[in-house]
Amino acid sequence: MIRFENVQKRYPGGREALSGVSFSMERGEMAFLTGPSGAGKSTLLKLIALIERPTRGTVLVNDQNTSRIRRRKVPAFRQRIGVVFQDHKLLYDRKVFDNVALPLIIAGMKPREIGRRVRAALDQVGLLDREAHPPITLSTGEQQRVGIARAVASRPDVVIADEPTGNLDPDLSLEVMRLFERFNEVGVTLLIATHDLDLLGRLDHRRIELVGGRLSRDSGQ
Amino acid sequence: MIARYFSLHARNFVAALGRLGNTPIGATLNVLVVAIALALPAAMQVLIANASSMSPAFDDAADLTVYLELEVSDDRGRALSAEIALRDDVESTNFVSKLEGLAEFRTRTGLGGALEGITANPLPHVIRVRPAVGDIETIDALAGALTELDETQSVQLDRLWVERLGAIVALGGRAVDMITLLLAAAVILVIGNTIRLEINNRRTEIEVLKLVGATDGFIRRPFLYTGLCLGSIGAIAAAAMIGIGLLLLSRPVGNLAALYSADFRLSGLSLQGFGILVGGGALLGWGGAWIAAARHLKAIEPA
Repeated sequence: MIRFENVQKRYPGGREALSGVSFSMERGEMAFLTGPSGAGKSTLLKLIALIERPTRGTVLVNDQNTSRIRRRKVPAFRQRIGVVFQDHKLLYDRKVFDNVALPLIIAGMKPREIGRRVRAALDQVGLLDREAHPPITLSTGEQQRVGIARAVASRPDVVIADEPTGNLDPDLSLEVMRLFERFNEVGVTLLIATHDLDLLGRLDHRRIELVGGRLSRDSGQ
Repeated sequence: MIARYFSLHARNFVAALGRLGNTPIGATLNVLVVAIALALPAAMQVLIANASSMSPAFDDAADLTVYLELEVSDDRGRALSAEIALRDDVESTNFVSKLEGLAEFRTRTGLGGALEGITANPLPHVIRVRPAVGDIETIDALAGALTELDETQSVQLDRLWVERLGAIVALGGRAVDMITLLLAAAVILVIGNTIRLEINNRRTEIEVLKLVGATDGFIRRPFLYTGLCLGSIGAIAAAAMIGIGLLLLSRPVGNLAALYSADFRLSGLSLQGFGILVGGGALLGWGGAWIAAARHLKAIEPA
């Protein structure tokens, strides 16, 4: 599903964020991407979402070589990937419903189908009763769950999450992780970047650890 | 599929109107700038159209008036009129004797009283000549030939000033065309700049849209509709400005026309003209927004 082959990423200015990273994830796998701040976790996720492109090496997502995807084809590629951010990246001038509906509207779905899927996603994150609220009236944990609902609403093959529990207390963090586990149970491939070691101790999944842009440990292989 | 396409566009249009409504003062100023930039050339076009519509009112101005020497007799004048009528380049002639001329002068000018004191008729016999062909060279040649006649005192070519008016109107029309082009470019720039600011204001939203897989077309569309709304509403405001302007001018123009005993009234923007104005405004708005969107949306990428 996701495959990195000897990937190097050097930013303009010379900073090398990733060097020689290789790993692969099967369809339906769930893994944590760990390591200290600045280890290259965010860069690795950005390579999967085609926000950045590798300097060297190959990134394969869903059997597609991301280097070969032209700029015009990027939107279609991103529609099949769900992304969850630490800062949620919600649109605060729209209601919860409209935020979750965004990827479905973009995909050109019929309004009835959109309504069905948005409510299903909100139901899964336990926020069905908040669909008419503006996100700003929700707590941080609830906003993060709206972000997750948006990421899964279009039923993507892959969901990546960058520090999704970074702003949450331990109980809420665990709740969010349990949510991800439930999506994993229905076949979604999940890669979650986090440096929350306490949390990781309570969950049993594959861990891919980056240190200084290099793969230092991979419990899956 | 088609219904969905239209409902999508209708929703976008309403949403664009709603966004303009969110910033009433800024939107009003923008609409006014666009309206003034569109009203200027449109008003000039209307005035030019009015000026050129005056020419047909002077159709008989193609006629030549031949004033005979004072000593030419009535009979000789009539004979000469018949002679001239035989020429190839003349369609018809009309002899107006001194006496008829005096009578006509009395009734047309209302200056009869002033003539009471004059014993001798000061007017010459006159032959009105209607040329067979309309082009100015032939008429000029005819006028020259008629001037050569011994009995002729002078020939007046009424057509000349009409031709001059026509030339001035044509020149004015060309100038207005150029001004129209310049102000159309100004409208594109104004709307382009508005859209550029709007894009900057909504940078975060655009980033999020790109992250969840929105195509360039999807992101561009609302901005294009905002440009379209600005352009078309500005054009409607411009039409209103022209209407008010003509209303204010209609009385003085009526008075002026009355002084020249002409039946002339200002005509406003035709339905077709209104259509062109609003369609043009919408097109310019759309175009300006498109240019701005093409230039600035690319620069925004999620990071």
